[in-house]
Amino acid sequence: MKINKTEITDTFAEAFAMWGARVVITADSKQWARAAAASMTGFATSVIRCKLEAAVECEIPPEATPDRRPGVSVLLFTMSSKAIAGQLIDRIGQCVMTCPTTAAFNGLESDKTVSVGGKLRFFGDGYQISKLMNGRRLWRIPIMEGEFLIEDSFGIQPAVGGGNLIIMGSSQRIALRAATAASNAMREVAGVFLPFPQGVVGSGSKIGSRYKSMIASTNDSYCPTLRSISDKGVLPDNVAAVYEVVVDGLSEDVVKLAMCRGIHAAAAKAPQIITAGNYGGELGKYKFHLHEILNNT
Amino acid sequence: MSTTLLHLHTQPEVPLEAETLSPASIAGLSELGIEHLQVMHGNVRAKMGDFFKVTGKGTRDIHVEGDLSKVKMIGAGMSEGRVFVEGNVGMHIGIGMSGGEILVKGDATDWVGPEMSGGRITIEGNAGHMVGSAFRGQSTGITGGEIFIHGSVKNEVGNSMRRGLIAIGGDAGDFTAVSMRAGTVIVMGKVGVRTGAGMVRGTVVCFEEGSILPSFEYSCRYQPLFLRLYLIRLQEHGFGEKIMDKHLNGKYKRYSGDGVELNRGEILLFSGQ
Repeated sequence: MKINKTEITDTFAEAFAMWGARVVITADSKQWARAAAASMTGFATSVIRCKLEAAVECEIPPEATPDRRPGVSVLLFTMSSKAIAGQLIDRIGQCVMTCPTTAAFNGLESDKTVSVGGKLRFFGDGYQISKLMNGRRLWRIPIMEGEFLIEDSFGIQPAVGGGNLIIMGSSQRIALRAATAASNAMREVAGVFLPFPQGVVGSGSKIGSRYKSMIASTNDSYCPTLRSISDKGVLPDNVAAVYEVVVDGLSEDVVKLAMCRGIHAAAAKAPQIITAGNYGGELGKYKFHLHEILNNT
Repeated sequence: MSTTLLHLHTQPEVPLEAETLSPASIAGLSELGIEHLQVMHGNVRAKMGDFFKVTGKGTRDIHVEGDLSKVKMIGAGMSEGRVFVEGNVGMHIGIGMSGGEILVKGDATDWVGPEMSGGRITIEGNAGHMVGSAFRGQSTGITGGEIFIHGSVKNEVGNSMRRGLIAIGGDAGDFTAVSMRAGTVIVMGKVGVRTGAGMVRGTVVCFEEGSILPSFEYSCRYQPLFLRLYLIRLQEHGFGEKIMDKHLNGKYKRYSGDGVELNRGEILLFSGQ
């Protein structure tokens, strides 16, 4: 299949079952809300080493936040439901509560919840105050600037991690331009986030390594410098650089939609090939076939 | 959704205890069944039909018309549904209520929402003494739910309340939130004397300056963020004219007390922007 002059490979992206949470951070100004979100989503590109994938989902205008202040929505995914509570407690405690004027609210209605404010309240050293408003429990934790407000429980739900596109260009500039376009288009979809810097991965990895201590190593099949020496090379001669765009989402549908928009946006920048990464279908629960997505989404 | 209509055709001579005038008792009954529900006219057993004309089968939504200021215990024990009263109501409205909603287009007398644990009561006019309060001899007032009074109230609002929200659009009398255990009382007008006397925990918010007991100590002047959430919610429930931007964005003086108790309660007095 081709879009313009770009070849869309008949393959699939293999993605994994994860658990997701959404945190709505508000602050007196957009700048402080962004600062807290940036801090909270730092070192959260891949579960391989970060144990968590997280990024800003979108900014929220004041009229749509619980306290009518500027807000930022952050999505956080982990591999297990147990791990997510600890990550939320650590990251809200260290990155949001410490950021001036902020508050943290649950952004995901779900039957399954984890206690976050209910644990962070102990920072109040006995001076914390509980408020139950319309069925939602909030904690007021006294801090040096006044009070930090956080919701007691946060909803979590099954999610999808590791949807991806691999974009090959005849030059690094063309490949990056296409990958950036894909990333920008994909981020517009509600319920997804792109955990890597600006959504683009310059150093995609494969599972395993010749070194026992490494659980992942460079994806040599796609390294242009290894074209002549790697026995697994798949790069055509006219490809000079490869980028990956990784997408996580709260459902299969939003990941599909994001991938579809990403393919079209990337193809408009005329890369050579758009393909996707998988492990032969052996590891992940979800398979996103590129042709199927383009035909049906 | 269909509604059961009850129209007061005979004014009771003495207080009428009508705890059956509630979705909990009426839902599923025929018109005749509702008319045969028992009420107490003073100390005399009577039937609902002796005082009310009933139209429609029993549903979760009840519409009551007439001056019900002598009718007590409307909405008793309700856990769901809606009671809409066009007129004034008597004592003990919403007693033991755990869910659903009562809306009164008139005034209420004393003891609105005793023993309430959930749901919402809205009185568009004024109310009497002991709104959301514990009965005499009991240690706990309401344990949840919301009581919204758009007018003014008399003494002892939220006496010994343990949880929930009471919002007063007008003034409140003396001993507001006396012996409060927890919860929130917001008064958008003036409060009388001895506000929060003996409170253990909980929050009293006053939009206008009031006298503070000497057993409360001044802490600071600040913007309590949690209060914005409450005020936004109240704006959405008809208090939009009373709650202005200055209340959302302004500062409040915080007093901690009561020092004769645990000292974990607070009075927040609005003090401008």
